[in-house]
Amino acid sequence: MAARANDVWKVYGSGEAQVVALRGVNAEFERARFTAIMGPSGSGKSTLMHCLAGLDSVTRGTIHIGDTAVTGLGDAGLTKLRRDKVGFIFQQFNLLPTLTALENILLPLSIAGRKPDKEWLDVVIETVGLRDRLGHRPAQLSGGQQQRVACARALASRPEVIFADEPTGNLDSRAGAEVLGFLRRSVAEYQQTIVMVTHDPVAASYAGRVIFLADGQIVSELIEPTPDTVLDTMKKLDGLTEAGL
Amino acid sequence: MLRATLKSLLARKVRLVLSGLAVVLGVMFVSGAFVLTDTLGRSFDTVFSDAYAGTDVGVSAKPKIDVSEMEGMEVAATFPASALEKVREVPGVASATGLAMADGARVIGSNGKVLTSVGPPQLGSNWAGETGQLELREGRGPTADTEVAVNAGVAKAAKLAVGDRVGVLTLQPKRDFTVVGIFGYSGDRDSLGGAQEVAFTEPVAQELMLGQPGVFSELSVKAADGVAPAELRDDIAAALGDGYVVKTGEQLSDDAAAGLKEGLAFFNNILLGFAGVALFVGIFLILNTFSIIVAQRTRELALLRAMGAGRRQVIGSVLVEAVAIGLVASVLGLGAGIGVGALLAYVFGQTAGGLQLAGLGVPPAAVISSFAVGLIVTVIAAVLPAMRAARIPPIAAMQDVATPDRPLTKISVAGAVVTAVGGTLMALGLSGNTGDNTLLTILGGVLLSFVGVALLTPLISRPVVGLLGRLFSWSVPGKLGRLNSGRNPRRTAITAAALMVGIALVTGVTVILDSAKSSISALAEDTIQAELVISGAQTGARPPSFDPAVLDQAAELPGVAMVAGLYGDRAVVGGKQGWITATSSVPALREIYRASPTAGSIDSLGPNQLLVDSGTAKDRGLSVGDTVPVQLSRGDARTYTVTGIYAESQLFGGFVVPASAAADFAVPQPTQAYLKLAPGASVDQVMPQVETLLADSPEVSVADRADFIEQQTSQLDGLLTMIQILLALAIVIAVLGIVNTLALSVLERTRELGLLRAIGLRRGQTMRMITVEAVVISVFGALLGVAVGTGLGAAVVRALREDGITDLVVPWGQMGVFLGLAAVVGVVAAVLPAIRAARLNVLGAIAHE
Ligand SMILES: Nc1ncnc2c1ncn2[C@@H]1O[C@H](COP(=O)(O)OP(=O)(O)O)[C@@H](O)[C@H]1O
Ligand SMILES: [Mg+2]
Repeated sequence: MAARANDVWKVYGSGEAQVVALRGVNAEFERARFTAIMGPSGSGKSTLMHCLAGLDSVTRGTIHIGDTAVTGLGDAGLTKLRRDKVGFIFQQFNLLPTLTALENILLPLSIAGRKPDKEWLDVVIETVGLRDRLGHRPAQLSGGQQQRVACARALASRPEVIFADEPTGNLDSRAGAEVLGFLRRSVAEYQQTIVMVTHDPVAASYAGRVIFLADGQIVSELIEPTPDTVLDTMKKLDGLTEAGL
Repeated sequence: MLRATLKSLLARKVRLVLSGLAVVLGVMFVSGAFVLTDTLGRSFDTVFSDAYAGTDVGVSAKPKIDVSEMEGMEVAATFPASALEKVREVPGVASATGLAMADGARVIGSNGKVLTSVGPPQLGSNWAGETGQLELREGRGPTADTEVAVNAGVAKAAKLAVGDRVGVLTLQPKRDFTVVGIFGYSGDRDSLGGAQEVAFTEPVAQELMLGQPGVFSELSVKAADGVAPAELRDDIAAALGDGYVVKTGEQLSDDAAAGLKEGLAFFNNILLGFAGVALFVGIFLILNTFSIIVAQRTRELALLRAMGAGRRQVIGSVLVEAVAIGLVASVLGLGAGIGVGALLAYVFGQTAGGLQLAGLGVPPAAVISSFAVGLIVTVIAAVLPAMRAARIPPIAAMQDVATPDRPLTKISVAGAVVTAVGGTLMALGLSGNTGDNTLLTILGGVLLSFVGVALLTPLISRPVVGLLGRLFSWSVPGKLGRLNSGRNPRRTAITAAALMVGIALVTGVTVILDSAKSSISALAEDTIQAELVISGAQTGARPPSFDPAVLDQAAELPGVAMVAGLYGDRAVVGGKQGWITATSSVPALREIYRASPTAGSIDSLGPNQLLVDSGTAKDRGLSVGDTVPVQLSRGDARTYTVTGIYAESQLFGGFVVPASAAADFAVPQPTQAYLKLAPGASVDQVMPQVETLLADSPEVSVADRADFIEQQTSQLDGLLTMIQILLALAIVIAVLGIVNTLALSVLERTRELGLLRAIGLRRGQTMRMITVEAVVISVFGALLGVAVGTGLGAAVVRALREDGITDLVVPWGQMGVFLGLAAVVGVVAAVLPAIRAARLNVLGAIAHE
C-alpha cells in the first residue's frame, strides 16, 4: 500500500465560519496504480490530497504513506517525508522561473543533496520528450511543456507516490492528453504510484481507478473507467444530491 | 539549492543594487576612514622623520603642566643655556644646537588678518643657520633684532618678499620686522607638514617665544661618527640629570607624528559616525527589501518546501542572498572608500599648507573591516525575513492568495518593550549615574528607541497613513495610491522608519541646541553687565588674544566706566588641574558678572591671592585663609592664599588670580575684555574708539553685548551643520528605500496595474497613483521623525535642566520644512517606479505571473 487514509476528518475554521471539508474518509491507494479523485467543485478533493501528502494537518483520523504515519510528524519529519517519499504536480506555478527546465527537474534531488540516477533521468527525459528543451526557462515553454517538466521533476526522484492536483486544469485538451498519457505510462512501465485530483471525466479515464467524493465523503468508486462510465457515475451522483440524498 | 538561490539573485539585480547601496555607503565611510588615517599617518611619519633627520638626540625639559589630563595648549618648558654647554662636553657629541622654539608665532598677512592654521603649528624659532633640512631660498638669515626669515609657506600665504615689513604676534603684542630671508626644506618643500615657521635672532626668539632671555626649549644634538644615538641619549641624560627629557631623533619623530595622528582620530570619528548612520538606516532598507522579496517569492519558497526543502535550507537560501549582496556591497564600498580616503587626504594635504602625501595606503584593517561590516550588517538585516520565509507552509504553493497580513499584536508589543528599554537606558544615561559609560548608554538608548518606534510604526501607520492619504482622495489615482500605501502596513512602516531615523536625529539635535542657545542667551542677557565685549573667534588650541595695553587705554576712554580684562589658562592647583582666570580688575569682574561672595572678600586681590567659586571650593575642601600651591604653565609653583569664595554661576567659575600672574600663563595676554559704560554714554560712540585701539590686535574685535552673545552661541551652529550633513546622508538613503519599496510594489502589482490600465486608467493617472503612495509614505516618515526627534530632544533638555538649559525651544519652522521636504522626497522617489508602472504593456502585464 502506497498511501492510506483512515477515518479522516478535516474541519476549517470554527463557529459560524466552520467548514467540514472531509467527513470520515477511508481510502487506500495501491502501489503502481493510477488513482483519480473525482468530485464536484468544493467536494474536498484538494483537501484530501493535501492531507494525504502531509501538506495539511487532519482534524481527526490517520494517514499513512508507505509505512510512515504522516499524522503526528513534526515539521522536520514532514520535510523528510516530502523530500524522500512524495512528488507533486500542481495545477500551475510548478516551476521556478529563474531555473532552466533541466535545473527544475533536478531541483528536488539537489535539495535533498542526492545524485541523480543518470539512466533513470535519461528515461524520464525521453518519456516526457523534452530533450531539446532542457536549457529553456519556463517562460520559453508552452503550458503543456511546463507541466511535462513538472511531471519529469516529480518522477526524477522516484517517490513512493506522486500527488497531482488538476495537472491538466490549465491545458487545452491536446496538451492535457499528452501529460495524462505520460502519467499513465509511468505507472504502467515504471510502476510509479500516482494520485490525481481532477474534475474532468476525460482526465479521470486515464486512471486505473476513480474514487468519487461528494460533500467530503467517498460516495462511489470505478475500476478501469472510461469517460462514459465516469460521466454516468457523476450524473448519478448529481441526481442523488439533487434528490436530497 | 545554492544554484537556485544564486539564479534567483541574478534575476533581481536592480533591487539588489538598490538595497545594497546603503551598505556600500556605510562601508565606503568605514574604509575611507582607514585609508585616510593610514595615508596621512604615513605622510606625517615622512615629514617628521625628515624634520628630525639632522637630529640624533634631542633634549627638552618636562612641561610644567601635562596636557594629557585636560584640554589646552602645551607649553614647552625651558632650560638655561648652561645645559647646552654641558651637553657639548658629553663625549660622542659632534655638535649641539640650542633651539628657542615654540608654537604661537602668528604672522599678520597683507590683508591685516592673522594667518590661521587648523592643526599644523605656527612655529617661532631662533635662526640656527641652514641646518638639517632647512635651505635658504632667498636672502639670508636674521642678524639684527628687527629681522626675520620666514618659510616659503608663510611667504606665499602672507604674500611676503624679501625686504617687506611684517607684523608678528607672539607672547608679546604685535611687533614689526623686516623679512630678510625666505627658506624652504629639502625636497623642494615650502613647509614641513603645513607648519608655518618664523625665524628670529636667538635673543628675540627667547624673549618672544619663550618669555625669558638666555633659555632654550630644545637642544638638537649630532652624534660623532660611530656613536649610536641610543647610547648617546643615555649618556646625555646622565650628564643633565633630572628634569630633562632626552630622546633619540627617531623617538622624537615618532612622538611628533603620533601627536598629529591623534588629531586624525577626530576625522576618523566623523567618518565613522557617517558610516554608523548609513549602516543603521541601511539595515531598515535591506530588511524591507528582503521582506518584500520573501513575500513575492512565497509561492516559490513554498514550492521548494513542498519538494522537501527543510526550514534551514530556506533560511540558508535567503542568507546566501544576503551574503552575496553584502560581499558585492563591501567590494564596491571598499573601492569607493579608497577613493574617498584619497580625496580627503588630498584635500587635507592642500589645506594643511601642502603636505606631501606618502602614497595611497590601504591597510589590511580597511579591507577586513569593510567586509566584516558589509557582511554583518546585511546578514543581520536578512535574518528576520529569512525566518519568516522558513515559516511559509508548503501548502502556500497551491493557494492563490499569499498568506494574509498577520496581526500586528506581537510586533507592537515587541516595539513597546524595546522603546521602553531604550527610553529607560536614555534616562539612565542622562541622569549621569552611569559613569564612564554615559555616552554609550545614551547612544544605546537612542538606537533602541529608534528600533522600538520602528517596530511600533506598522501600528501607527494605519490611522496616520489613512488620515494623510485623505488629503489626496479627491481623485481616483490619489485614492488608489492612498489605499496602496495602507495595504501593507509593515512595508510602509519600515520604509518610513528609514526616513524617520534621519529626521528624528536632526530634529532632536536641533531641539537640544536651540534650547541650549536660548537658555544661554537668556542667562547671558540677565547676567552680563557690560555693554561692550572684546573677543575673537578661536580656531585652534590657542585662544585669540590682544595687547594688554588696550585695557588701560580703554579704561581711559570717555564714556567707559569699567574694564575687566580676562586671561585664561589651566593650572595645577593643590595637585589638581583646573581653569584659572587672571583679571585686570577684580571689582570690574565682580560687577560685570554680578558675582556675590559666599565667604571672604571678592573686592580685590593682591599678589599670591586667589578667589574660587563655591562649587570648586566645596569639591576641593577649600575655605578662606587656606593656602594652596599653584603651578602655572610657566615658572615655578607658588603658594597662594584663598581670600574669597564667590557664588557659583553658569557663566563664570574656577580660580581667579590677579593679572600680574598672567605672565606665566600659556597665553600671557588678555583673551577677553568686558567694558561697562558710564551712565549716559552710548555704545555707538564708544565702539569706534575701542576699534581704533585694537588696530594692532587683529585677532580680536569689539562687539556689543547682543552680538557677543550671538557670537558665543553661534559656536553651536557648527555642530548643527555637521548633523545636517548626516541628515542629508540619511535622507538620501531613505529615498533609496522608498524607490526600492515602490519599485518592488510596482513589480508585485504588475497584473493589477495591467488590469487598471486595461479598464482605462491613463498613464498620467498611473504615475499620479504611484506618486501619491510615495508622498504618503515619506510624509508619514517625516511626521514620525519630527515627533520622535522632538521627544528625544525634549527628554535630553529636561535632563540638562540642572546644567542650566531651562528653555525648551521647539523648531516649528524647521519641522514644517522637513515635512515639505519629505513631500518633495516622495515625489522624487516616485519618478522611476512611476515611469516604469506607466510603461507597462497592458497585455503583457495581465499575462504576467
Ligand atoms: N483554507 C481553507 N479554509 C477554509 N475553508 C477551506 C479551506 N480550504 C478549503 N476550504 C473549504 O473546504 C471545502 C473543500 O475544499 P477543496 O478541498 O478545495 O474542494 P475541491 O478541491 O474539491 O474543489 C470547500 O467548501 C472549501 O471552501
Ligand atoms: Mg481543488
